[in-house]
Amino acid sequence: MIKNILNLGDAAVYCDFGKDVNQEINTNVINYFKNIKDKKINGIINVTPSYNKLIVSFDLEVTSYSKVKKIIENLELEKKFENENKLVEIPVCCDENFKLDHDRLEKKLGIPFDKVLEIFFRKEYFCYMTGFIAGMPFLGDTSEKLRTKRLETPRVKVPKGSIGLTEQFCNIYTYESPGGWNIIGNTPLEIFNKERRSDPALINPGDKVKFNKITQEEYDKIKR
Amino acid sequence: MTKLKDNYFEIKRAGINTTFQDSGRKNLNHIGIPISGVMDKRNFTLANALLKNETNTPVIEFAYQGPLLEFNGDKIYFVITGDVKFEIIKNNKQKITGLPYNVYAIENKDKIDIQSTNKSVYGYLSLSENIILDEIWDSVSTNTKAKIGSNNGDKLSDNQKIKIHHKNRNIALSKLNYIDKKIEYIRVIKATNFDYFSEKAKEVFFNKDFKVTKLSDRMGMRLEGQILENIISTNIKSEGLVKGVVQVPSDGNPIIMLADHGTIGGYPKIANVISADFDKLSQMTPGTTIKFKEVNLEEAEKLFKFYNLETTNLINQIS
Repeated sequence: MIKNILNLGDAAVYCDFGKDVNQEINTNVINYFKNIKDKKINGIINVTPSYNKLIVSFDLEVTSYSKVKKIIENLELEKKFENENKLVEIPVCCDENFKLDHDRLEKKLGIPFDKVLEIFFRKEYFCYMTGFIAGMPFLGDTSEKLRTKRLETPRVKVPKGSIGLTEQFCNIYTYESPGGWNIIGNTPLEIFNKERRSDPALINPGDKVKFNKITQEEYDKIKR
Repeated sequence: MTKLKDNYFEIKRAGINTTFQDSGRKNLNHIGIPISGVMDKRNFTLANALLKNETNTPVIEFAYQGPLLEFNGDKIYFVITGDVKFEIIKNNKQKITGLPYNVYAIENKDKIDIQSTNKSVYGYLSLSENIILDEIWDSVSTNTKAKIGSNNGDKLSDNQKIKIHHKNRNIALSKLNYIDKKIEYIRVIKATNFDYFSEKAKEVFFNKDFKVTKLSDRMGMRLEGQILENIISTNIKSEGLVKGVVQVPSDGNPIIMLADHGTIGGYPKIANVISADFDKLSQMTPGTTIKFKEVNLEEAEKLFKFYNLETTNLINQIS
């Protein structure tokens, strides 16, 4: 449940679900997010879920902090929306051109790269949130054996489709972008496509993700 | 009079950062898409009010050096808002010095030369006719970093055409006497991580000068001059951002989120600029001194009402 509600500036409500990051808390955040969206409350212009926070921003010409806060406090979470969550399968190629941090990961984790992949592909991941850049999913939790920090000097350009690891999370770079996550492979799938107007992101908060290892040949075939 | 078939502007010079904008797109933060939209809302509103356009009619936003446009077609009207230096070059080569907040008519082969913004960043060009643009998610607003919006998400480039749907409106040559006042302070409300900062940093934040750096654009404004010492953690678990948030990364130099900001971020938030001051903040050029003043939520809400009232009064003063 929400532990604390604060204002963020004069046009946003900041809902704090505590310090911990886990699926239970995040599921709660997403439940609030979906219920608020579903209500189509007058004046609300964005609802932004993250690991353990929810930010509801509004048009100050239409409503105010005290009004929106009251709505959130009295919100009945009647709908569960769990049936909306889906399992998304993502093909990943970890061949020569794509495993940018092969050496770094072997060194940092102290296990051979083959083993890194074996552990990585074994698990199903949970989508905590999407964002930073359009459609980028933040997934977790990775095995404790795979946890390491971001690169000391982030890359200026991480290729589109890259799969990255950091701490207990993994993500997918939906666009070429600067970034510091440890790159193990690349997916040929278009994770975010603005032409899919009503549902541009392939992975949404609350979804499960299973990565499947593919060869370069299979990668090229999908890319075509 | 024969009616010309195609009405368009040919872009002879695109300018530094010229984009199509409106009030932006809502309810997409959760998939990583910010609101975007015009940087200076009041000047956008005035530009459309001067031409009696609908309030959210798309405009051309430019920064520093604006575009040089040659018009092809039947007579239309335009207005430029902001602190902008521009000329109208008639077909017979006669040059007219333009005044912002004044409606002008232009005819076939006339040119509008938007030379620069004076001691400010953004200016607006609005037309009496609709520009033909692609909408995505109910907005034409161009976000060049995400490549989203009209013109394939890009800024305008040389030799491109801006097509116009000609409705043959007859417009009064309205004008408004408006000189934007400079402000002494940018007013802020303390944000959720205010207590991550040392007592000294808190004092410095509200009492010392910062400087706007060149690393400022539609996404954000980076400041320098004072290092804000963080005593708890320079990283927080990534969470949502809103326009006006002042984030402080580990180097201690604040960054203010603007229209095209990333939707989530992991730097502590020291403060949040109030809505009433967004326009003035956006117009601050690199090198300008910036001072922060604390207000509470109630004051911020009152100041926003006052800001809106001022805009309404200006619209009523259009003659």
